[in-house]
Amino acid sequence: MTIRGKAHIAGAYEHPERKIPDSSIAQVHAEVAIGALTDAGLSLSDVDAYFCAGDAPGFGPVSMADYLGLARLRYADSTETGGSSYVAHVGHAAAAIAEGKCRVALITLAGLPRSQPTPRPAMSAQAPEAGFEQPFGPTTVSMYALAARRHMHEYGTTSAQLAAIKVAASQHAQHNPHAMLPKPVTVEEVLESPLISDPLHRLDCCVVSDGGGALVVVAPEVAADLSRQAVKVLGHGESPKLTAGGRIDLTYTGAVWSGPRAFAEAGVTPFDVDYASIYDSFTITVLQTIEDLGFCEKGKGGAFVTDGSLLAPHGRLPFNTDGGGLCNNHPVNRGGMTKVIEAVRQLRGEANAPVQVPDCQIALVNGNGGSLGTRSAAATLILGQEDA
Amino acid sequence: MTTPAAALPAPAPATNPETTEFWTATADGRLLVKRCQDCDSLMWYPRAICPACSSLRTEWFEVSGRGSIYSYTVNYRGEGAYQGAPPFVLAYVELDEGPRMMTNIVEASPGDLSVGQPVEVVFHDTGQGPWLPRFRPLRH
Repeated sequence: MTIRGKAHIAGAYEHPERKIPDSSIAQVHAEVAIGALTDAGLSLSDVDAYFCAGDAPGFGPVSMADYLGLARLRYADSTETGGSSYVAHVGHAAAAIAEGKCRVALITLAGLPRSQPTPRPAMSAQAPEAGFEQPFGPTTVSMYALAARRHMHEYGTTSAQLAAIKVAASQHAQHNPHAMLPKPVTVEEVLESPLISDPLHRLDCCVVSDGGGALVVVAPEVAADLSRQAVKVLGHGESPKLTAGGRIDLTYTGAVWSGPRAFAEAGVTPFDVDYASIYDSFTITVLQTIEDLGFCEKGKGGAFVTDGSLLAPHGRLPFNTDGGGLCNNHPVNRGGMTKVIEAVRQLRGEANAPVQVPDCQIALVNGNGGSLGTRSAAATLILGQEDA
Repeated sequence: MTTPAAALPAPAPATNPETTEFWTATADGRLLVKRCQDCDSLMWYPRAICPACSSLRTEWFEVSGRGSIYSYTVNYRGEGAYQGAPPFVLAYVELDEGPRMMTNIVEASPGDLSVGQPVEVVFHDTGQGPWLPRFRPLRH
């Protein structure tokens, strides 16, 4: 079975705020759910499938389904792979729709790490790796720093090359009125920002923001009855990247497997991609992912990102035209949802005008959850215009 | 030479019946990994199942405690037990026997470290039974 063309993204909504005081997390889930359904021309009473991840408060999908009043659900999925969850959810929703299990799937993400900061949940003491990692003080940034250092060692990648990724994202963010960091920065400014865990500087890191987003994935016959332009789901792939019993390789991501699966299902190649939303928890995440998806040879990502390839609208691979997690928004430390939303905007021709890719037909979305420094989960989507 | 370990937190690890023997050995200054009795592979982190061949027949195996730095970073922003700690080195060390393990590099100036540098294990007391296997540059 293939999901190619058997499901459409009919609605997408990104919460406009980056700090949301005086709300509950469930409330923001509701706001983005209504936003995406309204965008699609549907309502909560049409929803028969609900997808959420670890940011959803309560008991898996059940508490939020109860809060939202999703009384007609016949399908639910709480796949939790960190920031890539929502990219995976689109693929899962498409598969469920293709199998006839549901017709209107709602996916939500929301959280308030700025307004209601809570200690990042410590690794469960029951996690089998806990005793062999936590005592040494790994943090999110430092684990990606380990990946960056090894990539530099093997391929000669430089901090200035990583900085070029942030620079490109900031060029895009200046056109986004909602971006947290809308000011363009230079390579020098990135390199002069404080080291958080070397070789990664503060400006190599994504923002921390409140917010959220939602998507509505529907069956073709539902999409046909809606007036809003939908986007076709063409292909989907997933893969964990594991520590291999102590043979961890820090130079690549699970996109080396999820990418080819998605391309094969969609029947396209990297050369066909007009726009890419690339997970950008850190600059190194983007660099490794671009290589792993085949946009350039392994180890040549540094050269690729410094020649203007990432710049919209005319670069070889315009990326993260909303400014991405590096500049715009990284709600709840989970960037997959906003990655899908910006790809939908590009395919609808509704990105911010200076960064809209002309005649954008094929978009790729890549998510990565967990940590490139230990174990992670990649998910790749290929989306296309209605006639793709 | 005394270690600068006084400044570096040594939080106790989570333990369970599957890993008790590992941590007991650390108090004796011995570094163990698990060896698969069917495919002979040495694995990190230690576990009851071989992730290479799915065998449930694994045994403890003492390694030399020598290896080399696979990757490292100086973390300026410790969290949890390390919150407020001076900058410290998080690393993966590739043991001479093969497996790569997360650890800290100690007794070294971060500016003097490099990928591939030879290191040897030292153990730091958590005060709660287990000792943490950390590594320092190998002295010739």
